Amino acid sequence: MSSSDMQAPASTAITATPATIARKKSFAWRQIADHAILIAGSLFMLLPVLVAFLTSSHDDVTVHTHGLQMTLGDHLADNYYEAMLVPGGFTKTVDGMRMLMNSFILGIGFSVGKIIISMLAAYAIVYFQFRFATFAFWAIFTTLLLPLEVRILPSYEIVQSMGLVNTYTGLIVPLIASATGTFFFRQFFKSVPNELIEAARIDGAGAVKFFIDILVPLSKTMIAAIFIIMFVFGWNQYLWPTIMTTDESFFTLVRGIKQILNVFIGSQIPEYGQAMALAIVAMVPPVLVVVIFQSWFVKGLVESDK
Amino acid sequence: MTKVVIDKVRKVYPNGTEALSPSNMSIDDGEFIVLVGPSGCGKSTLLRMIAGLEDITEGTIAIGDRVVNDLDPAERDIAMVFQNYALYPHMSVYKNMAYGLKNRGQPKDKIDAAVQKAAKLLHIEAFLDRRPSQLSGGQRQRVAMGRAIVRDPSLFLFDEPLSNLDAKLRNQMRIEIRKLQRELGVTSIYVTHDQIEAMTMADRIAVLNTGKIEQVGTPSQIYHSPASIFVAGFMGAPPMNILDGHYNGNGALEIKDLGKVAVDHQPNVSGDIRVGIRPESVEIHQQAAEHTIAIKVDFLEELGAGRLLHTTVGSTPFIAHLDNDHPIDGDTVFAHLPARALHLFDAATGRRV
Repeated sequence: MSSSDMQAPASTAITATPATIARKKSFAWRQIADHAILIAGSLFMLLPVLVAFLTSSHDDVTVHTHGLQMTLGDHLADNYYEAMLVPGGFTKTVDGMRMLMNSFILGIGFSVGKIIISMLAAYAIVYFQFRFATFAFWAIFTTLLLPLEVRILPSYEIVQSMGLVNTYTGLIVPLIASATGTFFFRQFFKSVPNELIEAARIDGAGAVKFFIDILVPLSKTMIAAIFIIMFVFGWNQYLWPTIMTTDESFFTLVRGIKQILNVFIGSQIPEYGQAMALAIVAMVPPVLVVVIFQSWFVKGLVESDK
Repeated sequence: MTKVVIDKVRKVYPNGTEALSPSNMSIDDGEFIVLVGPSGCGKSTLLRMIAGLEDITEGTIAIGDRVVNDLDPAERDIAMVFQNYALYPHMSVYKNMAYGLKNRGQPKDKIDAAVQKAAKLLHIEAFLDRRPSQLSGGQRQRVAMGRAIVRDPSLFLFDEPLSNLDAKLRNQMRIEIRKLQRELGVTSIYVTHDQIEAMTMADRIAVLNTGKIEQVGTPSQIYHSPASIFVAGFMGAPPMNILDGHYNGNGALEIKDLGKVAVDHQPNVSGDIRVGIRPESVEIHQQAAEHTIAIKVDFLEELGAGRLLHTTVGSTPFIAHLDNDHPIDGDTVFAHLPARALHLFDAATGRRV
């Protein structure tokens, strides 16, 4: 009895050992290869950012004469202070903080507006039976094929005639309609089980109540996903703000960077340090949004059951 | 007092299919009525019309004293339990149960009292703060019941509420739902495709087939005197044996491939007739006797509580239920089909004669 007790684990250990060794060996090689690829990929993505950051810590003369820098210079604080807090540009009225604020207004207005409009549009298309609903959907859907650039002149014409040039309204509203968002929300709403709507109807929830109490909370993860995409997209808008804003106090960060590099007054050297500093600052909010909402997004995916 | 009167109700879908032919039914106060039938028979359509989730093409439905044809579901004073529970996934159990009351503008303390009372009744007090996703199927079912009870409606509607549960839990919930309904005394309409659920739970059963109500009656009426071949075949497991026969109009009934049997009443049709007999009504003897017919044993199915003897008559399968007191040996036994156990149906219309 006792001998068999002793033997059993020993024999299983013997048979198991060679197998685990062999597996470990191939594992180690694969891990090294995997990591090498991942590290190479990360460097590829991160090096430009690192170079921009390091360059932003040098004075403009060094950058102008020696190009991009790979070391940490001693003008870090100066450059960021100048970029963010000292008014610059032609009119010397707009500083980095102002541009940061403008970017936030554009990014958030753009994404929140898009989410609201596209949710409402999708709600109408999915839940209300009206004539030409399918036609309306396909009409919206086909506009996916038309980027902003195609309609930029007529859009400008309309906004200009309404006197909305150099306003936040003019900056945001013409960009707000979203075929992509409408499409995503439509697909999502279609996957919400019918029983839920029926239960809500019996529970006395009308169209508005159902939307606010049930559909919006259910769409949380969808909203987070679309918010990530749209915020970054709005933040990075360049062409439309360039056309719409001539007043420097409405400049966004993305626009301001270019403006700094463009300033050649007399023999003045472009403010490379400040430009790099602004570029780094401009990068932070989208990164934060992605990081914060991504965890939400994943949590939502794991927990979700409709 | 909540009577439900269904008067010549008909449903035609926009694409022209008739889901329910004009049907009448009257449901008494406090009655538990089960609508049963195969899928596509119109039972769910009828339930959904009563709930107000489908429009009524023709006819009227009255709940209590009100004709509800033009009322919203919320105004009909009903509660419904859905097949997939239809709990709001983002709300806690408490909020799920309270939502309907909140929408009706009830004061908070009243809502709380109602929710606590229902939770206690269903033994779900411990789960009130959980989300539906954190509950098992049976617990979700209870919450769905709770959401219905909380509202204190005058009519409960159940749409196959047990079909997502495993067999054991289903038996348990069946009894619980029935007990609860007796306790609350609320008129209930219950849709299922499961004839056992129908038999065990109903005060009265309505059997539907292809958009028609075939028969309404107590479980015993439905079982012992089915109004049509369909009802006879649908209710009961194993189902009733249905054989072809011929009746010449003066007392002799001849069953095809089997022989002559006696009948206890004179059907008022002659010619082709179909004869039904429940497996447990077939008497099996070891030796040939008067009025017995020799049948070959194809195989025996052991049930523990008895055995099922399978054979074929002509090309029609035939099942007899045997108790354990009568051992079988040999390939041939002798069956007696008692006259009182025979159900006769018109071969053309399928109706009982």
